[in-house]
Amino acid sequence: MKHGDTTITLQREGSPFKGLWVVTVKEMADHMGSIRIRLLFALIGLAAVSAIYSAVQQIRSVVGEDPFVLLHVFTVSQDPLPSFVAFLSFLIPLGAIALGFDAINSEYNRRTLSRVLAQPIYRDAFLMGKFLAGFLTLALTLVVLWLLVIGLALFVLGVPPSAEEIGRSFMFLIAALFYAGVWLTIAMLFSVVFRQPATSALAALGVWLLFAIFWNMLAGLIGQIPSNQMAQLMSQLWFSRISPNTLFAEAMVALLDPTTRSLGPILYSQLEGAMLGTALPFGQSVLLVWPQFTGLIAEVILLFTGTYIIFQRQEIRA
Amino acid sequence: MKTVAAFPRPFKVRVRHTRGVSLPDPQPEELDPACAIQAKGLRKAYGNVVAVKELDLSVRKGEVVGLLGPNGSGKTTTILMLMGLTEPSDGWARVLGYNPLRDPLSVKRRVGYMPDSVGFYDHLTATENLEYTAMLAGLDAASRKARIREVLTHLELSNVADKKVGTFSRGMRQRLGLAEVLVKEPGIIILDEPTSGLDPEAAREFLAIIRALKERGITILLSSHLLHQVQEVCDRVLLFYRGEKVLEGTVGDITRRVMGSTRMFMLEVAGTDPNRVLASIPGILRLSKQGEGKWTVEADRDIRADIADGVTRGGGRLLALSDSEPTLDDVYARYFEHMRTKDAERAAMNSTEEQKFVRAGERSSAEEQETKGAAPQKEDSP
Repeated sequence: MKHGDTTITLQREGSPFKGLWVVTVKEMADHMGSIRIRLLFALIGLAAVSAIYSAVQQIRSVVGEDPFVLLHVFTVSQDPLPSFVAFLSFLIPLGAIALGFDAINSEYNRRTLSRVLAQPIYRDAFLMGKFLAGFLTLALTLVVLWLLVIGLALFVLGVPPSAEEIGRSFMFLIAALFYAGVWLTIAMLFSVVFRQPATSALAALGVWLLFAIFWNMLAGLIGQIPSNQMAQLMSQLWFSRISPNTLFAEAMVALLDPTTRSLGPILYSQLEGAMLGTALPFGQSVLLVWPQFTGLIAEVILLFTGTYIIFQRQEIRA
Repeated sequence: MKTVAAFPRPFKVRVRHTRGVSLPDPQPEELDPACAIQAKGLRKAYGNVVAVKELDLSVRKGEVVGLLGPNGSGKTTTILMLMGLTEPSDGWARVLGYNPLRDPLSVKRRVGYMPDSVGFYDHLTATENLEYTAMLAGLDAASRKARIREVLTHLELSNVADKKVGTFSRGMRQRLGLAEVLVKEPGIIILDEPTSGLDPEAAREFLAIIRALKERGITILLSSHLLHQVQEVCDRVLLFYRGEKVLEGTVGDITRRVMGSTRMFMLEVAGTDPNRVLASIPGILRLSKQGEGKWTVEADRDIRADIADGVTRGGGRLLALSDSEPTLDDVYARYFEHMRTKDAERAAMNSTEEQKFVRAGERSSAEEQETKGAAPQKEDSP
């Protein structure tokens, strides 16, 4: 066969973002109207109100002396209920998985994928739109929750929060959002890999259990490998920090407990001149958790990239 | 020098290339402006499985072309390559002058594609479903609303426009699929198995709509395995078999090519046995019984006079005798019967060759072992 000598370059015409906003808006509308998200709202709302109520009961007695009342509303727990943040670190993955586990495979199963991709858009916009819709929905949920907590604390305790408290809790909100983003991308990755939504939901929940329960045990095992004690400690720490749960928990501790000075092992020599038990300034706390923030964001990007590559290579015929 | 060979070989990473493979571009003189779709040497392989083999295709503007073939013969893969929804392994295609590999958005903006067993978002209404794809297609808000209403009315779906698609029947979904295609006002319409799963009445209605579109001058490419339907609407037919285009032409052309000069006659007699009275007619090829007193006669020439003569002479009464045009179904059946026997022959031949090959392989590996066993001894000796 005789053909021209020219070869096709890798480049394609047109923007990969065309149609992104249309997909995002439609998917978000779907999320908002779904029974799934209503159940989730009810669950989170119930957990929030009960956790805060019990925290407030305990805090009330010490209201006068505490400069960080609002932050304690987040972290204080009273048996048998866990604290609000403990509830959150538990419910965020659940909510994110619920929004993402059938993102792509349901389109295959409903046979809508080839019809939508026959419109003048690239797959990029479709996947990105689905992610953005889930992410924005989670963001909306978390912001509402955040405002609810602050409002409730203000109403019940009658103490206005300081600027620093608002700043710290806002940074915590951002951390929670990216923590949710990690779970959303994990769920979406499985929705691309597995054709059955039930399988992908199960796989995502399996990963969640792995990180929530077994990861610290594994980290302990890894920690026993090196001979040197410092190396043991560091390897354990590094391994456990692969888990988004660890990253989120560390960010949470450093932001909501201003007295936190370090998130790893610390030498006595480093503590010289430190006033233990006093609060760190806001900027210093943020500096302390900056690596954790970076880690969470990097995990979102890596997982999304993986999902993107697999999705691009898939055949779209059902 | 021997020590060098003892080192392990560096890793060979096998990279699956789907992109980056240089695909040919057409020469300017190969492109025909009168063609809506052109493809040459189009090929698609999934690993070792070849889905489409070196396909040449051209569809003139305003033509209705049918892609025919059994399931899995490469029709859908061909369509997906034309839409830019899957990448060809080799060859080029141009759709309305655009390259679907390089510029799929321009192709998809101008081509309406209805996939087989089309699906919709069941929790949305018919209008909402169409609005979503119309927005993705880039239609502005004002024209979108009007177009959707107009198309739904045209396809007799206006009374269910605000009903959820979850309640729709198969035929209604299929019409909604066509409605979506029409909202875009496409230059080319590609329909993949548009009538599969429809009851005969719904299929007939659907074909009537397609015929109406054809009269408006829209180029249509449709795939099907139901021949009589394709026969009704298509100007030209491409017959696929195992990823290859095996026959191409008008229904009449293909019929003549496959059936040769064979002619078929319908015969209805009473009071005699045609097997007995017609056997001696020269040129008769086959006589088969279709029902009580009903027969089809295949012959290599017009033997109607001889049949009539034979029946009356044999003491029977001739009730009907007509020249019947072979339908595409007959052609299809005949053709695939032919291909299957060919395949069977080829398979039989291959298996004997394979056996020979295996035997040869065994022998050579045995030889290899012998030499290997001998090698260390050689090395030991100075």
